[in-house]
Amino acid sequence: MTRQRTPVVADWFSGEGENFRLLGTRCSACGSVFFPREDSYCRNPGCAGGELAEVPLSKRGRVWSYTDGRYRPPAPYASDPEQEWEPYTLVAVELEAERMVVLGQAVPGVTPGQLAVGTEVEVVPGVLNEDADTTWTTWHWKPVNGR
Amino acid sequence: MDDLALEAGERAMSARDVAVLGAAMHPWGKWGRGFVEYGVKAARDALADAGVDWRDVGSIVGADTVRGGYPGYVSGATFAKALGWQGARVTSVYAACASGAQAVQTARTQILAGLADVVLVVGADAAPKGFFRPAGGDRPDDPDWLRFRVLGATNPAYFGLYARRRMAVHGDTLADFAQVKVKNAAMGALNPYARYRKTVTTEEVAASAVVADPLRLLDICATSDGAAALVLSSVDFARRHGAPDPVRIRAVSTVTPEYPQTVLDLPDIATDSAAVAAPPARPFRAAIAHAAYEEAGIGPDELSLAEVYDLSTALELQWYEDLALCGEGEAAKLLRDGATALGGRVPVNASGGLASFGEAVPAQAIAQVCELTWQLRGTAGARQVPGARVGITANQGLFGHGSSVIAVR
Repeated sequence: MTRQRTPVVADWFSGEGENFRLLGTRCSACGSVFFPREDSYCRNPGCAGGELAEVPLSKRGRVWSYTDGRYRPPAPYASDPEQEWEPYTLVAVELEAERMVVLGQAVPGVTPGQLAVGTEVEVVPGVLNEDADTTWTTWHWKPVNGR
Repeated sequence: MDDLALEAGERAMSARDVAVLGAAMHPWGKWGRGFVEYGVKAARDALADAGVDWRDVGSIVGADTVRGGYPGYVSGATFAKALGWQGARVTSVYAACASGAQAVQTARTQILAGLADVVLVVGADAAPKGFFRPAGGDRPDDPDWLRFRVLGATNPAYFGLYARRRMAVHGDTLADFAQVKVKNAAMGALNPYARYRKTVTTEEVAASAVVADPLRLLDICATSDGAAALVLSSVDFARRHGAPDPVRIRAVSTVTPEYPQTVLDLPDIATDSAAVAAPPARPFRAAIAHAAYEEAGIGPDELSLAEVYDLSTALELQWYEDLALCGEGEAAKLLRDGATALGGRVPVNASGGLASFGEAVPAQAIAQVCELTWQLRGTAGARQVPGARVGITANQGLFGHGSSVIAVR
C-alpha cells in the first residue's frame, strides 16, 4: 500500500532534497518577512500594508536553543499510545538574514547532547507521522557537520 | 495648601489608587470538584475579609477558565448566580495566564471611572491532569493547535528552550535552577494556601525526572485547582467603610508586545523578523514591568517584595532581570547572594510561587495580589517580609498579554 505524502500544513515548505525550503511571505511595501506565513495582512505597525508574496527562508541557521520531549505530548500530536514513547529533540534556530527564530524538530536520532547554542543546522524534509492513508511530511533541523 | 504639602499628599495617595478591602483564596490542590465551588468560597471569604455584604457589591468581574465549559467562559455571571443574583454589573474576561490581571484592571477602571464603588474580582480553575492541551477539533488556523500538531511542543518544551538559552548565554547552572525551587518550597511550606508544603532539597530536584531538557519535574510548575478573590473599592469608600489606611493598587500593566516580538513566545512557532523593523527598546517581559513602574512612579529599588510567574525555575531568574532587580545576566548571582529569599533585599515569591502552588490559570494573577495584600498588611505570618511597603506582581499570558500589579501601603 502506498501512502499519500501530504504536508502537515499546506504551503509552509516545499521542494525536494537540496531544494527543500521553509516558505514564508514578504510584504511588498515594507519588506517584512513572516513565518508562519501571513497571506492577508502585514503585521508591521509602521507599514501601510502591501501585497504579501511567498518567499523561501534561509536554508541554514544557528541553534538559538534546544530541548527535548521526554513525555508523550497530548493530541493533536500524533503518536501511538501502544508504542513506548521515543523522546525527540526540539530546536529553535536563528536565521541570520531574516533575523528571526524558527522552531522545529531535529532529525530523528539527534539528542540535546549533540547540540550547542550556535551549532549550524540546515532545514531538511522529514516525516512527522504516518497513518493508514497518509505520510504527513514536515521540516526537520539537521546539524550541518553532524549526522 | 502649599505646593510641598500637595506633593507630599500626592506621593502618599495617588488619585489613581484603588483600595484592596478584602483578599481571600481557596487552598490550591487537586480537590476533584468544580471551579465554581472554589470561586464561591474565595469570594465569600474575600467579602468577609472586607466586611462587605455581597448585596452591596456594584460590579463583579470573573476571570474565565477554558476548562469548565460554557460556565467557565462567562465566569462573572456564573459566580454572580452562585452567590445569589443581586443585580450587579457583570464582566467576564479571558487573557490566558493574565486573566486575573485583566479582571483586576477591569474592576479598577470601573472604580476610577466612578461606575462602581465596590467590585468583586474572582478567578477559579479546576485543572486537568498532565500537560495543558489545546481545545479540540481540527484547527490549523490556531497557533496553539499547530504547535502541538506540528511540533508536539508542550509548555515545558518552551521552558526548556528558555532554560538552555540562559545556561549558554548567562552561565546559569542546573544547581541555580534547583536553588530557585529550594527557596520557593521553603517559603511555600509556610503558606496554608499552597498545594505543596514540604521543603525540597537540591538533591531532590536533581533526582526528579527530566521532562524537557535541561528541566526536571521539580523545575516545572504543576497545574492545580484553586481560587482567589479580591474586593476592590475607591479609596473614599474604604475611608467611609472604616479602612483609613488600606493596601492600595497603584498600577496595573496589561500591555501587549511591540513589533517585532523577538523573544520566542508560547505558543508561537517562530519570532517576528527583526530584519526590517528594529526590535523594541525592551523585550516584552521587561516592557510589562516598565509600564507598571512608570504608571506607579515607583522604581525597582523601592520594592519590598515581588511575586513572579515561576512557571519554571529558570523563568523566575529571567523575571529578576525583566523586573530590573538586577542587570541582564546577573539573576543567578542575585539568587546565590540570597537577595530573593526571605530575609533578603527583595524576597521573590514569598508565597512559595507557582513552585508551591501549581498553576490555576485564571486565579493565579489574583492570588499574586492576595499575597501582596497580606504582606503589606503585615499579616503574612511566618513568611512575612518585615516592614513591607511596596510590592509588584509579574506575569505573562499566552498570545501577548502583559500582567503586572504594583501595590503600596
